[in-house]
Amino acid sequence: MTGLANGGGGIAIGMIAVPALGFALAPNLDKKPLAWEAVGTPEEFSQDTYVSRTITLTPGAGETGKSTVYMRARNAEIDKEPVDDYNQFIAISTRCMHLGCPVRYVDASERFICPCHGGVYDFLGQVQGGPPVRPLDRFYTRIKDGLVEVGPRFSVNSELKRFSPRDPAQDLDGIGQYLFPSRPTIRKLPGT
Amino acid sequence: MLKLPSVPGATPPRPGTPAAEPKTKLDNAAEAATAALGWLDERTALSGTARFVMFRKVPKGTNWFYTLGTSTMFAFMSQVITGVILAMFYDPSPNRAYESMRYINNDVWAGQFVHGMHRWGATVMVIFIFLHMGRTFFFGAYKYPRELNWVIGVLLVLLVMIMAFTGYLLPWDQRAYWATAVGVNIFASAPIAGPYLGDFLRAGPDFGATTLSRFYSIHMLVLPGLIMGLIGAHLYLVIKHGTTAPPWVTAELDEELRSEEV
Ligand code: HEM
Ligand code: FES
Repeated sequence: MTGLANGGGGIAIGMIAVPALGFALAPNLDKKPLAWEAVGTPEEFSQDTYVSRTITLTPGAGETGKSTVYMRARNAEIDKEPVDDYNQFIAISTRCMHLGCPVRYVDASERFICPCHGGVYDFLGQVQGGPPVRPLDRFYTRIKDGLVEVGPRFSVNSELKRFSPRDPAQDLDGIGQYLFPSRPTIRKLPGT
Repeated sequence: MLKLPSVPGATPPRPGTPAAEPKTKLDNAAEAATAALGWLDERTALSGTARFVMFRKVPKGTNWFYTLGTSTMFAFMSQVITGVILAMFYDPSPNRAYESMRYINNDVWAGQFVHGMHRWGATVMVIFIFLHMGRTFFFGAYKYPRELNWVIGVLLVLLVMIMAFTGYLLPWDQRAYWATAVGVNIFASAPIAGPYLGDFLRAGPDFGATTLSRFYSIHMLVLPGLIMGLIGAHLYLVIKHGTTAPPWVTAELDEELRSEEV
């Protein structure tokens, strides 16, 4: 009788706790759909400077869901990563890899500068100074129907090797990639 | 046995006592109030508890520093009241939050004042809680048998910090947004658990429509409930133990007791 009452109570608590916790944790497990967004024609992007474009990171959040990306065409002289379908154009994220403030590209110095704690990145987005732990994130790009499209985000380590996207402050060199596991929900594109 | 003072006017006059003077209106009002309280007390027996809570003995040397806990509680109550009023106008959706804050500040009668009380009150509460923590630390009030109350206090100070963090996002202006983006990324920089914690706080990999409502719900439903419960437990223990005397007050030795001991 006591066992039955305790068991019943346990089931009742579980019936509330499981859905409630599941509800709160669901966003950790929700797969993000792949989205590509056209940002212009190939002629709009040059090899030796960046232009800014606005893309939507999170649909349904209005202005808040949008973000600036800096774009240029691939320049074989400086971009040494192997060519594939996704890096004809370079799209650099403005999210500072120290703690996530918005960096801006300064044409005169050919650097990305962060207003928050003095992070500085060179033309390729690699860390030149300040507290950031890895180069600026990038986005996949492709050409479709004559337009340049920006796709999902990926992160890079100090050799600009692609990784599934990580949050700022998560180092990707050495054991960093194991200390900061990638999320199950957004991965880099297979085979890249 | 602890001797408690009687509440003035709590016992109605015995029946049959000759009235010395004709009753005034004031006497009648007092009698009615006493009768109402008596009715309540007869059914709840709360007056003993009330006296136990309100007429406690305090140690010699009790001073103004002992009011810091109550000050914290007062600041919390003020946050609750102003917060409830703000919630009547605030709209936690990403497209409306900033506009609704502007409406509160510019158009609602006394809105800017209530908003200001909540904003400054948050700072005041954080200052008070640390001063109170310092008082109990430097007075050695965390020692046996009050360790548990210190532990409850540590939980409270953590909850108050999270309260401040989640509240900071709600105005949804540039400062709120970027400060919170940075704050969440600080959470996310913890090894192993960090990435999952960051996604939990943001409700996904990026700030979005549900980030704000998540912070709002934690700020105005989850945390106040927990804090109220813990304050209850905290005060229960304060009353159960009584407060500590300041460290410079030492017990007077009773010479007679000492001679009997030998
Ligand atoms: C919401 C926050 C808090 C409230 C409302 C609160 C309230 C109170 C009150 C009213 C007292 C009675 C004595 C006095 O005021 O000094 C008290 C005592 C005490 N509090 Fe807090 N408190 C809070 C947070 C904390 C924190 C953060 C700590 C430490 C980590 C703490 C540790 C203690 C201890 C050890 C006592 C016993 C003091 C003694 O015996 O003299 N409290 N608290
Ligand atoms: S967030 Fe860019 S340097 Fe700190």
